[in-house]
Amino acid sequence: MADAPALPASRVLPRVNARAVVMVAYLLFLLLPIYWLVNMSLKTNAEILGSFSLWPKDLTFRNYATILTDPSWYMGYVNSMIYVVMNTVISITVALPAAYAFSRYTFLGDKHLFFWLLTNRMAPPAVFALPFFQLYSSVGLFDTHIAVALAHCLFNVPLAVWILEGFMRGVPKEIDETAYIDGYSFPRFFVKIFMPLIASGIGVAAFFCFMFSWVELLLSRTLTSVDAKPIAATMTRTVSASGLDWGVLAAAGVLTIVPGALVIYFVRNYIAKGFALGRV
Amino acid sequence: MEKTVNHKAWFLVLPVLVLVAFSAVIPLMTVVNYSVQDTFGQNQFFWAGLNWFRETLASERMWDALGRQLVFSGIILAIEVPLGILVALSMPKKGVWASVCLVLMALPLLIPWNVVGTIWQIFGREDIGLLGYTLNALGVDYNYTQGFFAAWTTVIVMDVWHWTSLVALLAYAGLQSIPNAYYQAARIDQASRWAVFRYIELPKMQGVLMIAVLLRFMDSFMIYTEPFVVTGGGPGNATTFLSIDLVKMALGQFDLGPAAAFSLMYFLVILLVSYVFYTVMVNMEKREGK
Repeated sequence: MADAPALPASRVLPRVNARAVVMVAYLLFLLLPIYWLVNMSLKTNAEILGSFSLWPKDLTFRNYATILTDPSWYMGYVNSMIYVVMNTVISITVALPAAYAFSRYTFLGDKHLFFWLLTNRMAPPAVFALPFFQLYSSVGLFDTHIAVALAHCLFNVPLAVWILEGFMRGVPKEIDETAYIDGYSFPRFFVKIFMPLIASGIGVAAFFCFMFSWVELLLSRTLTSVDAKPIAATMTRTVSASGLDWGVLAAAGVLTIVPGALVIYFVRNYIAKGFALGRV
Repeated sequence: MEKTVNHKAWFLVLPVLVLVAFSAVIPLMTVVNYSVQDTFGQNQFFWAGLNWFRETLASERMWDALGRQLVFSGIILAIEVPLGILVALSMPKKGVWASVCLVLMALPLLIPWNVVGTIWQIFGREDIGLLGYTLNALGVDYNYTQGFFAAWTTVIVMDVWHWTSLVALLAYAGLQSIPNAYYQAARIDQASRWAVFRYIELPKMQGVLMIAVLLRFMDSFMIYTEPFVVTGGGPGNATTFLSIDLVKMALGQFDLGPAAAFSLMYFLVILLVSYVFYTVMVNMEKREGK
């Protein structure tokens, strides 16, 4: 704070230090387990089980090579990516008009509908696992990507509606009215003028759909067996007759962190707004 | 903002309605169906009335799981909310370091939940894990697969690791929205650090903190994957929370009737608590907005 010259240095310094200490300690706490995972992924199994060391003595990339060359491993990533992208596209597409309706109009039962949508975000996936399994089996969608994508809509669509509604509220209504006076039809106005205005909101909503679909395991595991099996479920199969393959398990874990870490960077300033459902 | 009354807006909401109805109402009705019927296999069902509900309400297993769940949610809220606020207050206000902190803090939130479990499994094991090895080397008897206390500590620390950043990010966003003039006024009044926190920062964070508590309550109440990977609900039933118990019942033992009755009551509890939070939140927004 440059505009606080009144405080004597002795009073400022300890406070700054305390803040730095808290921050560094917290970040260390967050990063230590991740470091350990990376450390494990670069060791051979013999080294993991045979000795204890803070860094890999016998550096190896074989664990990563195993995953990246074996289709039963890397197809897990491909499957996850496919249903995550499908889910994000579906969620955003249906959520956009709905969010617009909620942000601009009052209509019969709108508040109840809004809360009902939120209740789906609160539904424990465990409650829905079995019925989903039966529903998608009976319509012949079991073990397809679209089944998982649709199932994840259960919590992602409400979330997308909430986030987009929050962002849309910030756009003044005069813009809509001006566009209509200028002779824009609703679809043209929505795509040409309105969507560019809330581009960051769409990005954030897409990020959250991506995120929650990416981290979910219970439903995606229940709804798939072979063809659409997500990486997270593949990981549970590292147990073999010779025990757990810790090195490969760790490497697979590291690889699941990478996509998230890449996209965080782009939305870092909006993460909080997204979690607050657009309400900060 | 003033909203126009327009019932045609329903057409804009229709796609969402259809989609969510397909993926929520149909499965939910299936659950309701099961909860009032009994089966002897081969798709023969018999009307069972409210028996399953009575049985579940009388079963010790359900109450035990609910008790553990409440204790768990209570503990993690009591840790994560104050810690999150503390971290948010300690974050750099702007510049490169603020970005670095934001990105690093968000990292655990984007890790698939079973990988979170795996990370803590690898980190906590007494033979290969940094934490377990160090603790045992220091003479602490720590083994999360056998010790009741160790299992609980691991699951709680894991959740704190996983989700405190969420509270911190929300609180940070709340802090960012405070105009500098407030702080200047406080300085002129020679307000203490505590007074600044109590009368400026806390009220301004109230809204986002409500959201944080709501989200953390909901998600911790549904927690399944992370403890399942780490402890598998054990030792014994020590960390068998509601979802773990439910999945065991429904997919493991295929006890559809009791599982369905359990599901509905479980969902109702979450709905009830969330409704209270939601109402408080909306009222608060109204008071602030107008």
